[in-house]
Amino acid sequence: MNVEILARIQFAFTIAFHYIYPPLSIGLGLIMTIMEGLYIKTGRKLYEQMARFYVRIFALIFGIGVATGIVMEFEFGTNWAVYSKYVGDVFGSALAAEGIFAFALESGFLGILLFGWNKVRPGVHFFSTVMVTLGSMFSAVWIVVANSWQQTPAGYHIVGTGLNARAEITDFWAMVFNPSSVTRLTHVWIGSFLAGAFLVLSISAFYLLRNRHAHFARISFKIALAVATFFSLAQLVVGHSSAEVVAEYQPAKLAALEGHYDGTKAADMYLFGYVDQKNNQTKGIAIPGGLSFLTKGDFKTPVTGLNNFKPGDRPGAVNFVFQTYHLMVAIGMFLIALTLYASFLWWRGTLFQKRWLLYIFSFSVLLPQIANQVGWYSAEVGRQPWVVYGLLRTSKALSQAVSAGQILFSLILFTVVYVILFILFIYLLNKKIKHGPYDNHNIDHSPRHIEMADSL
Amino acid sequence: MATFIGIDYQTWWFLLIGAVFTGYIILDGFDLGAGALHLFFNKEESRRIALNAIGPVWDGNEVWIVIGGGALFAGFPEVYATMLSAFYIPFMLFLVAIIFRAISIEFRSKEPMAWWRKMWDISYSISSALIAFLLGVILGNVTQGINMGADHVFRGSFTEFLNPYALLTGVTTLALLMMHGSIYLVMKTENRLYAKLTVMVRNTTIFFVIMILLTSFYTLLYLPHMAAVIRRYPELFFVPVLMVLAIANITRQITKRKYMFAFISSAVTISLLMVLVAMELYPNMLLSKQDAAYNLTVYNAASSQKTLGIMLTVAAIGVPLVAGYTTFVFMTFKGKVELDEMSY
Repeated sequence: MNVEILARIQFAFTIAFHYIYPPLSIGLGLIMTIMEGLYIKTGRKLYEQMARFYVRIFALIFGIGVATGIVMEFEFGTNWAVYSKYVGDVFGSALAAEGIFAFALESGFLGILLFGWNKVRPGVHFFSTVMVTLGSMFSAVWIVVANSWQQTPAGYHIVGTGLNARAEITDFWAMVFNPSSVTRLTHVWIGSFLAGAFLVLSISAFYLLRNRHAHFARISFKIALAVATFFSLAQLVVGHSSAEVVAEYQPAKLAALEGHYDGTKAADMYLFGYVDQKNNQTKGIAIPGGLSFLTKGDFKTPVTGLNNFKPGDRPGAVNFVFQTYHLMVAIGMFLIALTLYASFLWWRGTLFQKRWLLYIFSFSVLLPQIANQVGWYSAEVGRQPWVVYGLLRTSKALSQAVSAGQILFSLILFTVVYVILFILFIYLLNKKIKHGPYDNHNIDHSPRHIEMADSL
Repeated sequence: MATFIGIDYQTWWFLLIGAVFTGYIILDGFDLGAGALHLFFNKEESRRIALNAIGPVWDGNEVWIVIGGGALFAGFPEVYATMLSAFYIPFMLFLVAIIFRAISIEFRSKEPMAWWRKMWDISYSISSALIAFLLGVILGNVTQGINMGADHVFRGSFTEFLNPYALLTGVTTLALLMMHGSIYLVMKTENRLYAKLTVMVRNTTIFFVIMILLTSFYTLLYLPHMAAVIRRYPELFFVPVLMVLAIANITRQITKRKYMFAFISSAVTISLLMVLVAMELYPNMLLSKQDAAYNLTVYNAASSQKTLGIMLTVAAIGVPLVAGYTTFVFMTFKGKVELDEMSY
């Protein structure tokens, strides 16, 4: 395999693995803040137990997120040296801001969040929780700004030619508020809140099904359900405005998302389907002219199709972009239905009476995770063949000093490490959940329990 | 060219990035050093105390390299890109070690079984030592220069990074951080572990003094360019003199059992070492072995004046904030380690 394919696989693999964790941290951070805030406000012990329990889960997730995130920061330089030189001036400042405002904030206060329960007053601890949550949200700001700049560059000019060409910043705020950054950031944040909320829903549903910690689980479930319902609906609005930005600035990507080839015709909107790339056509169940209506306000207006672009200027994997995008949308719709139905039952007072619904919720943690992942796949693969849209091709962005063998070595290394890491993560998460929220109750004084207590 | 207090932006960023990496070595240095010594503690309780001595702060310390990497990317993209793609294999090992170290600390206490804890103890200790060693290897190669031509692309094999001088600086860095870490641990412990650590502090200090002497002689003999600035400006000789005094003061404070002062001296030693390297390199950041004309300097590798200016604003707002709450966190956890239900 050549250097480009290997470098792309390696980057995709390491970023996809990393992206399991930060959204969970951000989402769980929000829920922890609500729980601890309720504790500060009401003084009820139950809320404190909730906050303490979810902080322990947060710690596990956060640790892996940081460790796998450091890899990403250095991988720009190791694998994509030409790209790094090209974009360094523009979003270097964004990444530097991320380091100093976001990472330093969350990691600094993390010590107090995890170990400070008995060392500082509750108000100070709550403040630390808020700072860690804000820090994790800020860390999404700058990286999404940087990525959005790659999708819709703004506030720059190009200096130099060939391998020495690079983008230089002309307007910092135009770069930060490039056309896609605000909607994409909101989209990512909401995706993260959903990831966190559904983790809590899933854990609570599991307890309720097992009839363990029932009171604790019911209250946690309701807090998370409120968050999940609100943000599932909000995601519909934000997701739509994100697609509008794509329609305006990245027509080739939009065409790939819906598998639309013929630019002289109105574009359909598929519920599901299949892109036949050999014959340049898409089959499936569609709303005729649906995409035209959503982007142009009319079912008849033609939309730019993939045929308007030379084959070398279109995404290579159109069907992949199509399928991942549609899977994301389908999951988003399902989450709206699920949370609205559950909220309706909550209002009726019969929320916890349907076991099948609790079963769905106990597995629902996977859904926002899958949607977050495939959403990014379609965004990034849809951007191809460009690494910076319209400016720098992915094939030209590689490190010249690095051979295929070296990348293969590191790819194998990371695959082995991440597989081990993932197994351990699932094992320990499962163990923490099974152990439950209480440490100090129901201790029988058998040696095994003393040993367990000692280990905490 | 834009200046700030009479110094141009490029030089400011050279100094700032140098300061961030110095901060990284001082802060993460003590927990890396503590990690490298971990297997020398035999008892389960000693290992837990040693781990919890760094527990609340190691993650915050590690952020310094993230900030340093980001600042290097932003300020000097050419150096960032050239260095990371050149040192590909060492950096990949470094990253894997960082992952293993983080998860070892996190996972160790999650199960009570002896084999589980032993496995993570070994992984924690080896990865800590490997990180310290690789940092030294990279430093050793940066001071020697790498094989790059006019296009600033490294054209060599990674095996040339494992040359005798780089191995020597690798071991010296490891020794330095082991000393630094043992002094930190001795401040945080009591009773028997404290007694054991006082011996360790002495041994690691002796180890470091031997290694730094060897490295200094080797540098003077084989890397004359790393002493050129001092030869030209003899008044700068006070920097190495201060460093010798700082090292002497570490041994003096250790004998007096004033470990706080020994720790400060060891931090000063690290800072002066970095100052010495920076002073000799400036204005170069990455030397070419082929021709000095191909060197990456603070001027030909920097981002635009505008970016450097924006980042100076970011730093001016951010650094005092970070310094403020880092101090707050350290103050919260000051004093000897006490294990409670939230500990590792």
